[in-house]
Amino acid sequence: MSVTYLEAIREAQAYLLEHDSRVYIYGQDVGAFGGAFKATKHLANRFPGRVMDAPISEDAMIGSAVGAAIEGMRPIIEIQFADFSTVGLNQVVNQAATLFWRTETPCPITLRLPSGGTSGGGPFHSQCLESIYAHFPGLVVCTPATVEDAYSMLIESVTLDDPVIFCEHKYLYYHLKAESLPKDALPLGKARIARAGRDCTVVTYSAMLHECLEAAEEMSAEGIELEVVDLRTVKPLDTDTIIASVARTGRLLCAAEGWPWGGVNAEVISRVVAEGFNLLDAPPQRINAKDTPIPYHPKLWSVHRPAAASIMAAVRNVLRS
Amino acid sequence: MLMARLLDERLAQLYRAGRIFGGVFLGKGQEALSVSMGMVLNRQDVYAPLIRDGAGRLAFGESALDALRTCMGSPMGPMRGRDGNVHRGRPKEGYLPMISHLGASISVVNGALMAKRMKGEKKFVGIASIGDGATSTGAFHEAINQAAIEKLPLVLVVANNQYAYSTPTSSQFACQSLSQKAIGYGVSDHEVDGTSLTDCLKTMQDATDRARQGEGPQLVIANLLRLCGHGEHDDAHYISPELKASSVGADCLKLAENTLQSDYHISKESLEIWKEETVLEINQSIEQVQREGAPDPYHHSWKSLISRELCEHS
Repeated sequence: MSVTYLEAIREAQAYLLEHDSRVYIYGQDVGAFGGAFKATKHLANRFPGRVMDAPISEDAMIGSAVGAAIEGMRPIIEIQFADFSTVGLNQVVNQAATLFWRTETPCPITLRLPSGGTSGGGPFHSQCLESIYAHFPGLVVCTPATVEDAYSMLIESVTLDDPVIFCEHKYLYYHLKAESLPKDALPLGKARIARAGRDCTVVTYSAMLHECLEAAEEMSAEGIELEVVDLRTVKPLDTDTIIASVARTGRLLCAAEGWPWGGVNAEVISRVVAEGFNLLDAPPQRINAKDTPIPYHPKLWSVHRPAAASIMAAVRNVLRS
Repeated sequence: MLMARLLDERLAQLYRAGRIFGGVFLGKGQEALSVSMGMVLNRQDVYAPLIRDGAGRLAFGESALDALRTCMGSPMGPMRGRDGNVHRGRPKEGYLPMISHLGASISVVNGALMAKRMKGEKKFVGIASIGDGATSTGAFHEAINQAAIEKLPLVLVVANNQYAYSTPTSSQFACQSLSQKAIGYGVSDHEVDGTSLTDCLKTMQDATDRARQGEGPQLVIANLLRLCGHGEHDDAHYISPELKASSVGADCLKLAENTLQSDYHISKESLEIWKEETVLEINQSIEQVQREGAPDPYHHSWKSLISRELCEHS
């Protein structure tokens, strides 16, 4: 038996609905239809009244989640595409993210954001928005890269007393499979060494992990060993694990699918330079998507975002200097 | 109403004396409408007041002390110096703290009502208070539509006070009356003279009764005039003299006092005693807030998450 990344998300939600009567799911088409990606398939039937269709009103969906959280519930809001969450941004950053700081009232809401590019997705169905959410205080931002993390991190997110932005990657929904659901997991906030190596640290997360691992395999054949760090959560950022890896390799490349200006890559490099400058044998580098909207045609798209080939080129650049 | 008006007057004095850190926003002219909201609500209900709802807040159970603590930045108040003036509340008690983004609290009330329904509570209601300006926001549209779809016991109260800051209603909406909006959303509407305490209480009672009984959202439009600037920094020179002289420009507190004297035989002397007692309570509260001091930035918990282990360095 195998389980996909998408099935792991569905199973995590089923587990949460079954074990916690405070949990409910609210989003467009999530009810009888089972969601645009079928992440809630059959859940409305299994849990009557707790998996509810919402109108196309991201602001009201997220605002209502804050109100329900104040009343002690633990809503999961499925935003159909991460791109559409910008319509509800106000409720996330000004209501949810400020509530605890202002009033000492917990705001345990989880926003599921189907993120990232798939072939043919185009400018408005492909965005990676973790960096903008990570900018605001009061939010936890998850970016699971594996089936196991998709499952365990979603359960931990909903269990948490704080608002969580759960960036699940659409490219991994069907591609990525595991043998079974995990029994235990690293806690939120801890990064993971996905592959050990001595020559260069590559810090990444979400779907880019798999491009980096592919690059690492290919370069291993040439005798270059990359150490790949999977951040798992981009906020908080596990600086200790990153610095420890850079201490071993002396070199750093950051790879992310988001846009280059500011963002997770910039934050990682800033911290390594500030806290581990003496560990570096070469200037740290980063590779991001191009600084344009995300293109529609597969040929353009394949070059717009980082991939194994461009990551290898970026690594060589780090190794040369 | 009386406490709200006198408290507002003291807040304006404190503002001019430089005793308040941010702005001061008064509810003068809106007390009858506002107090009606607080009076028809019960403890298990939800209330999201807005900028000019000092009276409603007091009637819902807030103390003058908490209002002063927030305005003067006391570490003892509900916001502990982290937020100020009208941005205060006690969410766990159904008293929601507004953010500055207009219309944003309506869907929060919706969610609280959805949660109460899921938890099996009965006969509860929620009031969200807004002004005519907030009816132009996308958040208003999304939230009233959401409440209608979910048939929530939401009473959405619009203080149609003729100006959003300096913008007159002619630049805010083009329909004849805001109550016409109710038709488009499939919700019930009520229109009331916002200067009459008697009428406001009657309408608010009717609207909340209907919502409690399962008739779905109720939109209440109250016509009145803001009898002050947007904030104490604003001299409100733009308010038209014709509106001031018209019936919407009447002072609801004076009208209420007249009614008390004519219909309820409350003497002028009794009213004076009430005022003196109220001023005394306010002054005692101010003295207490002054004794409470200021928050200490060097011993403050700079944590924006409950999960302390997940907080970034700060």
